[in-house]
Amino acid sequence: MLNHQSWSKVGEHMLGKPVAGGGLLDRRVFLAGGALLASAATLRDATAGSDSIGDDAPASMTRPGKVFQGYGVPAVPEKSIQRTVLQPYGELAPGAGVAMTPLGALEGTITPNGLHFERSHNGRPTIDPDAHRFLIHGLVKRPLKFTLESLLRYPMVTRTCFIECSGNSFFNSNLFPEPMQVPVGMIHGLVSGAEWTGVPLNILLEEAGLDPKGKWILAEGADSAGMSRSIPIEKALDDAIVALYQNGERLRAEQGYPMRLLLPGFEGNMSVKWLRRIKVTTGPTYTKDETSKYSDLMPDGTARLFTFTMGVKSTITRPATGVAMSGPGLYEISGLAWSGHGSIIRVEVSADGGKSWADAALGDPVLPMALTRFRIPWRWDGGPTILQSRATDDGGNTQLRREVWSAQYADGQLYHCNAIQTWGIGRNGEVSNVYI
Amino acid sequence: MSISDFRWHASLVLMLVFASMHSAFAQLGPSLGESVTPEEVGKWDISIAPDGLTLPPGEGSAPHGKEVYRKHCLRCHGEGAEGGDGLADRLVGGIGSLASESPIKTVGSYWPYATTIFDYVRRAMPYDLPMSLTNDDVYAVTAYVLVLNDIIEPTDVLNSITLPNIEMPNRHGFVIHWPESD
Repeated sequence: MLNHQSWSKVGEHMLGKPVAGGGLLDRRVFLAGGALLASAATLRDATAGSDSIGDDAPASMTRPGKVFQGYGVPAVPEKSIQRTVLQPYGELAPGAGVAMTPLGALEGTITPNGLHFERSHNGRPTIDPDAHRFLIHGLVKRPLKFTLESLLRYPMVTRTCFIECSGNSFFNSNLFPEPMQVPVGMIHGLVSGAEWTGVPLNILLEEAGLDPKGKWILAEGADSAGMSRSIPIEKALDDAIVALYQNGERLRAEQGYPMRLLLPGFEGNMSVKWLRRIKVTTGPTYTKDETSKYSDLMPDGTARLFTFTMGVKSTITRPATGVAMSGPGLYEISGLAWSGHGSIIRVEVSADGGKSWADAALGDPVLPMALTRFRIPWRWDGGPTILQSRATDDGGNTQLRREVWSAQYADGQLYHCNAIQTWGIGRNGEVSNVYI
Repeated sequence: MSISDFRWHASLVLMLVFASMHSAFAQLGPSLGESVTPEEVGKWDISIAPDGLTLPPGEGSAPHGKEVYRKHCLRCHGEGAEGGDGLADRLVGGIGSLASESPIKTVGSYWPYATTIFDYVRRAMPYDLPMSLTNDDVYAVTAYVLVLNDIIEPTDVLNSITLPNIEMPNRHGFVIHWPESD
């Protein structure tokens, strides 16, 4: 458990002046103070010759532990950490919906595979890896099909990146004029981070012999929604991967087993799961999921099509809705930032509703199109407080206030919501979702 | 430079180009893709672009489409395809509403291409039994939805020629945002 009181004492002589309003402290406070902790001495009572030490030991030290298991699972007390499942069509289409990452319960930047978010449009298909074929055709010299076994022999790359559903944070979008009071994982949990390994798509396209007239590809999944999206050839040849492994193990069924497309930084829907076909085309195919869905209606009635890149974004995950404070004192604010445009170069935090901002520390390594952890020390005085984070990427993109983001779009716009998240801290330590 | 010199020079350049291409391919991967016949590709290639080139034979019109709708679509999309209890998407209406304060996005008001209806219904509908409708059924139910939206006439027949020629009301309502301008 974190001991806030001892953190207070450590920091006390270091603090000097706060770096911004509301009790924000220099991001280096914890790093500098750590050395003092090491000097704590431990005293032990002498034991008599007739005593065993077992009486004073925890039970776990006095009996053999449980034996090995072939595949590890979370510690028993942590089994309550689950994704939140939403099925907007209910029993009509139970396989259409989302399972959202519990961001408030997690740390670091890699999402455990079982907690990586999932968006499926008609359930999680069961696919025989030996029977599955991946076809490349269209504007190529040689249409080719690949088995999983053959793809496993190709040169592979490993890349850490986020996947974010274009509809992430819809609870803060124009669909909800009033802020929803749900845990941070339900607001922002359609983003996850993982290390993906697979075959660069450009190798397979070159093998098929790309026709110069091919400017787009259509990627199609082998699920019962037949998910299909058009992708510019530039992206397909740049950093697209046919992913076979996630965080070191073969893909989970819900993540596209046995193979999925991975398009770093692009809206998650385009990283087509259960990949079965790529057709090289002269132009977009204008599928249902890139016209009627995943397009952005503007106030003048026109709609933006093919807004692929996920914008710069951040949220504090601790404290956050569902992650309450436990009394005044010194805390570390922790959160995630990411951008589909590139790398996060700065995350600022405000503890006074945006009047003043201080730079948070960014956790190494800061990778392009990957989750970046940020942290900043904060002394909470126990009073009502407004917390915000604001990320900037190396393309110069910065998050907007929600009302500014919202005004760009028409009523009902839910995609690409990357506005600044505001948390309100009440005197009781409870956290609420706030629009300002 | 003489003609023969030029020829020699040109052929050398070509040889070098081919050599570099060959080595590039050799380095990229083990070339394990299996060739596929056009017939096989045809069975896989179910996507329909606005040009309609991959539309299958067959045809249909609204009267039969209404039967298909009542059997397979009604329970989710509701009477008149106006959405069932707010659950499944509304397919009809809202034309002209997109610039208003309460835009209504439906097949009729929002979708830019009629080919997309055929593509999506054939691959993904009905939800509990995708790919079960015949091509004639899909042409017909597409026609029915378009008739409900007053985009075509009840007597109009849809097939691989007529479907791509339908101009949807919001055909010019989209702004392509790729490559990104901001």
